[in-house]
Amino acid sequence: MAELAKIDFEPLVRSAEHIQAENGEAALGYWQDAWIRLKRDKVAMLGLGTIIFLLIVAIFGPMLSSVSYADQTLAAANQGPSAAHWFGTDNLGRDLFIRVLYGARISLSIGIVASLLNFLIGVTYGGIAGFMGGRVDRIMMNIVDVLYSIPVLLYVILLMVVLKPGLTNIFIALGIGYWLQMARIVRGQILSMKEQEFVLAARTIGASRRRILIKHLIPNAIGAIVVTLSLCIPDAIFTEAFLSFIGLGVSAPMASWGVLASEGVTSLKAYPFQLFFPAIAISVTMLAFNFLSDGLRDVLDPKMRR
Amino acid sequence: MAENLLEVKNLKKHFVAERNFWGKPKAILKAVDGVSFDIRKGETLGLVGESGCGKSTTGRTVIGLYEPTEGEVYFDGEKLNSDGNFADEKIQMIFQDPYACLNPRMTVGDIIGEPLDIHHVYNSKQERMARVYELLNLVGLNPEQANRFPHEFSGGQRQRIGIARALAINPKIIICDEPISALDVSIQAQVVNLLSKLQRELGLTYLFIAHDLAMVRYISQRVAVMYLGKIVELAATEDLYELPLHPYTQALLSAIPVPDPDDKQERIHLEGELPSPVNPPQGCRFCTRCPYARDICREQEPVMKTIGSRQVACHLVDKDGKRLYAMN
Ligand SMILES: Nc1ncnc2c1ncn2[C@@H]1O[C@H](COP(=O)(O)OP(=O)(O)O)[C@@H](O)[C@H]1O
Ligand SMILES: [Mg+2]
Repeated sequence: MAELAKIDFEPLVRSAEHIQAENGEAALGYWQDAWIRLKRDKVAMLGLGTIIFLLIVAIFGPMLSSVSYADQTLAAANQGPSAAHWFGTDNLGRDLFIRVLYGARISLSIGIVASLLNFLIGVTYGGIAGFMGGRVDRIMMNIVDVLYSIPVLLYVILLMVVLKPGLTNIFIALGIGYWLQMARIVRGQILSMKEQEFVLAARTIGASRRRILIKHLIPNAIGAIVVTLSLCIPDAIFTEAFLSFIGLGVSAPMASWGVLASEGVTSLKAYPFQLFFPAIAISVTMLAFNFLSDGLRDVLDPKMRR
Repeated sequence: MAENLLEVKNLKKHFVAERNFWGKPKAILKAVDGVSFDIRKGETLGLVGESGCGKSTTGRTVIGLYEPTEGEVYFDGEKLNSDGNFADEKIQMIFQDPYACLNPRMTVGDIIGEPLDIHHVYNSKQERMARVYELLNLVGLNPEQANRFPHEFSGGQRQRIGIARALAINPKIIICDEPISALDVSIQAQVVNLLSKLQRELGLTYLFIAHDLAMVRYISQRVAVMYLGKIVELAATEDLYELPLHPYTQALLSAIPVPDPDDKQERIHLEGELPSPVNPPQGCRFCTRCPYARDICREQEPVMKTIGSRQVACHLVDKDGKRLYAMN
């Protein structure tokens, strides 16, 4: 018996959109319905709002500023927060606010690229394994199981030692490491749906394999896919920050949050704000993504709730 | 033209129940193990048996969802091949679970329209919609609901949607795999009536699967009783209900609740569970649960005897259709 959760007992409050749908001709689609329910989840909306805000400042913030993240003003080194430098300056007199904004660019693009790779590799691999079944599935999933038993962080670190530190190589390392979970989830979903009657019905009306995969299987797995993606983004962002912190990530003068935090630690006693601001940025971003993915999971795929 | 629209000959479907480390089959599950029957044009053949005896597997193998391990299926005298090449314009299927048989992400219009899309049977969007509306009307649903999603419908309505989808490309035979088992009793009769009406109007032929004998009586002309992958008795409906020959048929019949409180009918209770189709009992498959089983039943598998228009596979029924066991 599936566990019941609070959301299962929600009163059938009909929103304006629901009532409209009932009277009008268009019924609510899956996504419309999900969006209406997500909007009711205040914590998730807070997360989503924060992420949108971060995206906007990360894209436009540095454009509006006259100084660049690498501009040094040695005379103004190690200043505390002020009207001129909101987050203060570092030991080379670079503006920390601008550097944190640049860090957001790096972190968010890490998140986007990791989830894209995760989606492309994981969904394809898991989809093929689940759909083909039999021997193909056994071999493909044995490979995943072996790789999965090694902690992702371990071989991301190993890869970064072999490859040279840098943004592209972080992308490669994350791409290799992060699709396993996705492949497993997609494969499990497809495998369990393949024998369901609506898929059998599609076969009896003569649907091709391609049609079954695209029209029937993937759309029904998309909830789990989106949830898995939203869980992988904060994970990837944190991994990058961690790698940069220990010196295996992006290198100076690029300013990822991990690099900033690492620099901040060296002068923690004298200038604690140099660690404080990047640390806050990391924490807020992680929280925002986790809030959103929790909400998405409740809305799109309640079965995945543990 | 052959009198029989569908002929099933010695159909077998075995599944691999267990594999060893190398992926080699270790145990074979004989879900359907040598089933033969015919269905005449315009007739309904009931297929009845306990859950797990292989009814769905029979239906799915006939339609080609599963590749038969052995045996053949003929439609109108022509052999059907099942290598993913569906006889979809001849045979369609209605499924048991009204909640699992419709794609939750598609609107009802798209669900019913999908067979039309696949078979390119319309020239314009209007033509497609007209056909979808016609089908919805046919199964007693409001065409204005075509834009709704399945979750907005009740079990009975969903079953009607499944029927409309099966009818979309004008099949000749419909395999109804327990279409009413999951429905409320009050709704069951409505769906059975709808199926009868469609049969009359469209000249359909049905294989109607059920797990008990209660409703089958009202829709079938003939009934086949299945036990553990084999048919044990096949007879015209009146004959079967009047004088069940096989002890298993008797047991199924006496399980139907009778509304008469004075009814003195002896009940035969089936002891134990259905044996595993991986290791079916020796001899007659029913011998482990048969109250009349003798030594011969445990040693020798009974052959199907033809007695007039009916067939039965039991050692304890002689060639004139006399039961050699006492009803106690
Ligand atoms: N795809 C499958 N793979 C393995 N075993 C199956 C499969 N489908 C059915 N079976 C087994 O075959 C037997 C008959 O199942 P089924 O045809 O569904 O019975 P029924 O429809 O009469 O309840 C059961 O023991 C079931 O576990
Ligand atoms: Mg069944």
